[in-house]
Amino acid sequence: MNWDWEVFLQDPGGQHATYWQWLLSAWGWTLSVSLLALALALLMGFVIGMLRTLPDRPGWVLFGTGWTELFRNIPLLLQIFLWYHVIPALIPPLKELSGFTLVVLALGFFTSARISEQVYSGIKALPKGQRYAALAMGMTTAQSYRYVLLPCAFRIILPPLVNEMMGIVKNSSVAFAVSVSELTMFALQVQEETARGVEVYLAVTGLYIVSALAINRLMAWVERHVQIPGLQLSGAAGGGH
Amino acid sequence: MLNLDFSFYNWAMISDFVLKGFYFSLALTLVATLGGIVLGTLLALMRLSGKGFLVWPALVYVNTMRSIPLVMVILWFFLLMPFLIGRPIGAEVSAVVTFIAFEAAYFSEIIRAGIQSIPRGQSFAAQALGMTYAQNMRWVVLPQAFRNMLPVMLTQTIILFQDTSLVYAIGAYDMLKGFETAGKLFGRPVEAYLLAALLYFVICYGLSRLVRRLHQKIAIIR
Repeated sequence: MNWDWEVFLQDPGGQHATYWQWLLSAWGWTLSVSLLALALALLMGFVIGMLRTLPDRPGWVLFGTGWTELFRNIPLLLQIFLWYHVIPALIPPLKELSGFTLVVLALGFFTSARISEQVYSGIKALPKGQRYAALAMGMTTAQSYRYVLLPCAFRIILPPLVNEMMGIVKNSSVAFAVSVSELTMFALQVQEETARGVEVYLAVTGLYIVSALAINRLMAWVERHVQIPGLQLSGAAGGGH
Repeated sequence: MLNLDFSFYNWAMISDFVLKGFYFSLALTLVATLGGIVLGTLLALMRLSGKGFLVWPALVYVNTMRSIPLVMVILWFFLLMPFLIGRPIGAEVSAVVTFIAFEAAYFSEIIRAGIQSIPRGQSFAAQALGMTYAQNMRWVVLPQAFRNMLPVMLTQTIILFQDTSLVYAIGAYDMLKGFETAGKLFGRPVEAYLLAALLYFVICYGLSRLVRRLHQKIAIIR
């Protein structure tokens, strides 16, 4: 087959001067959706994961478990439809929110369930004595989490957490379904307009791989820097895409 | 507050719209799981063979598949398949081939971890008994490895069932599409999406409880 990379220099006749610039803007949308959703997912994932390990608080444990099961047993695509079509219909003030915001919420909450599972198993993997020792030193429950449990759990779950972070870039592709103009949406539209599917898909696929790889390298750096010399930690369970 | 009206969701609607999609989602999950396990086992054995000409192709294939979003893989296959076989291809057939190829990469990683969890002494002992490589794998390593990785594989299958909804990208008719079509036709999309969510949740949550119970059972035996 014949390559035609000059297709990226053509004018799509819209708000972008060339397909090349449109591609970059789409990459920007993918990164924005991913990073904002990631921030939300990390925050909620850690909070929910902690709630599930609280001693003597069955109410919070139940809430955390319910949250996790709810958000990880419904397909992401359907969750995005729920945020886009159903929730604004049930709660009218949310009609003001843009598709972008709703996708960030959907992807963030979906991923928070998976991160909470990792945080939960990370904390559970710690010896019980850690918690008891912290409490015996007079720390409050909050302090024991802040200074003893979370720092160790974080280091245990870092490898599966990195997988989840790379997964969020991949999962952001589902945003095409509600017409957020990110990379997959670009691929679908431009493939149709230019009929140069292979070149367009190659460029988009390449940018996805570059993005995930960047996160991977960045986190490898973080992993090296937070390492505690001499401390051996056993891995916690991860999995999925 | 919106008035929800589920009254039109009767058995006729379900059998007309949802069942067809449900069967496809289910069939796609089962075929992709079986095909993915067969291909994935091959890929895992290639990667563990220690022979460069086998290791590298498997390594490149698995890592490429795992770093591309599933939606893009679905689009790639849908775009390229007609070139490869020389005639247009339906979205459903394309989806089946895509999911087998995609899941093979994920299953191969699970299987590789499972095989590596078997102590090397087992394999050495089998060799000492005079078994060939194939016999060693067939009678000693794989039976134990499959038992170790069964819970992870089943969890992957549940994720796979959820992921089948992504065939939306090429317009194949799965369970989600069935609900969506019905919702549009009856002018009740909100209720349709809610029902779809409920059904997916019941299926996936139920299955994940079963996997957990199985996991406990296996753990006790071991």
